[in-house]
Amino acid sequence: MNANTPINNVREVRFDEFSSSGSLSKASEQAHKRNYKDFLIVDVDSHHYESESYGEIFKYIENPVIRRQALESASRGGRSSMLGGSVGYQDIGGRITRHWLRKHEKTEGPEHRDVTTTLRWMDAMGVDYACLFPTPMLFLGTHPQVEIEVAMARAYNRWLCDTILEHEPRIISMLYLPFNDPDATYQMVKDFGHRKGVKGFMVTAPRYKPVHDNAYMKTYRLLEEMGLPISFHAAYNWNDQSLQLTNRFIGVHALGFMWFNMVHMTNWVVNGLPERFPKLKVMWIESGLTWAYSLMQRLDHSYKMRTSDCPALKRKPSEYMREMYFSSQPMEMPDDPSILEATFKMINAETQLVWSSDYPHWDFDLPGVIYDLPFLNEQAKRNILGGNAAKLFNLDPKPVKTIPPVGAFK
Amino acid sequence: MDIFVAKKSEFKNGDRRIVQSARGEIGVFHHEGAFFAYANTCLHSGGPACEGLLMPKVVDIIAEDRTYQGQEFDETETHFVCPWHGWEYDIKTGQSIGDRRQFLRKYEVVERGDDVFVIA
Repeated sequence: MNANTPINNVREVRFDEFSSSGSLSKASEQAHKRNYKDFLIVDVDSHHYESESYGEIFKYIENPVIRRQALESASRGGRSSMLGGSVGYQDIGGRITRHWLRKHEKTEGPEHRDVTTTLRWMDAMGVDYACLFPTPMLFLGTHPQVEIEVAMARAYNRWLCDTILEHEPRIISMLYLPFNDPDATYQMVKDFGHRKGVKGFMVTAPRYKPVHDNAYMKTYRLLEEMGLPISFHAAYNWNDQSLQLTNRFIGVHALGFMWFNMVHMTNWVVNGLPERFPKLKVMWIESGLTWAYSLMQRLDHSYKMRTSDCPALKRKPSEYMREMYFSSQPMEMPDDPSILEATFKMINAETQLVWSSDYPHWDFDLPGVIYDLPFLNEQAKRNILGGNAAKLFNLDPKPVKTIPPVGAFK
Repeated sequence: MDIFVAKKSEFKNGDRRIVQSARGEIGVFHHEGAFFAYANTCLHSGGPACEGLLMPKVVDIIAEDRTYQGQEFDETETHFVCPWHGWEYDIKTGQSIGDRRQFLRKYEVVERGDDVFVIA
């Protein structure tokens, strides 16, 4: 603790003010105790609320007709918008207070508000680089109008590059791919793959075009040639016919965030895409870890009897999966740590697992979920918290964060 | 060690204070005329457990024929909710609602005249 840091001995709890740094002051304490300043921490999955910047983003929509629709829809709050929304009470009925307290956070200076607030939580947790993703757009893959997905994806990506990535080197991204339009998907990689801070491309998982469709092969080939990873970011779709059977958010979340990635992973492997694109790096985001452990065993078991279903494979499905990357959050924490240890072994965690926070969403993880594990040595912890991602994203391994002193924000 | 929390006359029912102690922060609640104090460190990931909302327990209404009839609040049991992830604790015992084997560290609160102290 900094001896010069004043500490209020007694304080009240306020619900009319908020700061990212203050709300995470206990995360900063953890960062100091664990000496995060000594090594690189990369968050491969974090978020901002791009909907708060729709007024800016919509101006980037290239088609004038869609641009006008978007700007008009944003000008009348509370009425039906062009983008719609997703059903789901993620903030547990207001219990996750930062979701509604964020509006009180004060920022100043020329930087975009999202840059300021993102750097605040990054420093508070001890994060050096954060891969930033949108929030409502995670559901855009189910929009009934394909041209809206394309228009929004291009507008958001251009706005993100111009407004955020160009100005702040600690914030990086894997850009949204409008996957319902394979040609637009290919063009997105061509147009934005070389922009500053773009470290790959991301497909939102809730959608209904299979990843093995021939129309996508040119994009996979281009990404492989450019050395950029493709990632699949999980989310749910409560309008999906199967997931409509669940009646509580805990149900649709627990299943939905695994379901679409399980389908995409299965198709990816049994159609032999790892053989067709052996150098393409593939990452699976926000499905936790247990699904991979389960799916490896399921596919291997069936593969030995049904090799004729997937003749492109030269090895067992799990062997391909073990060469992919998995983001850690929301990392399941079984009471018996040996179960988690087995999961880590199954996915080759020391080289393939990449830590993620998902901050500021309701089930975010701190670096401690990795750092405090009893079965990892120091090097394995550092690989998972930053080293693996630094190699994947070609980042300088030197730490650049400034963790606030303990007690600086209360 | 006795740590001064507040004058009782200034510490209204329903309010709370966060007190710094040598053992870390302590959350002190004034609830239904009594005082309760717990470590302000969530058992889940170390969040400020005592700084979230106070919420009544939620219950499913199950009729005699075992059919589900909706949900309601049980106002006889109050929880405080860690604002980081939503872990809930019984305000009278510090028991974790999601894992009832676990309890937050509890501290004794004493009143001396109009002064309220927590013993830490």
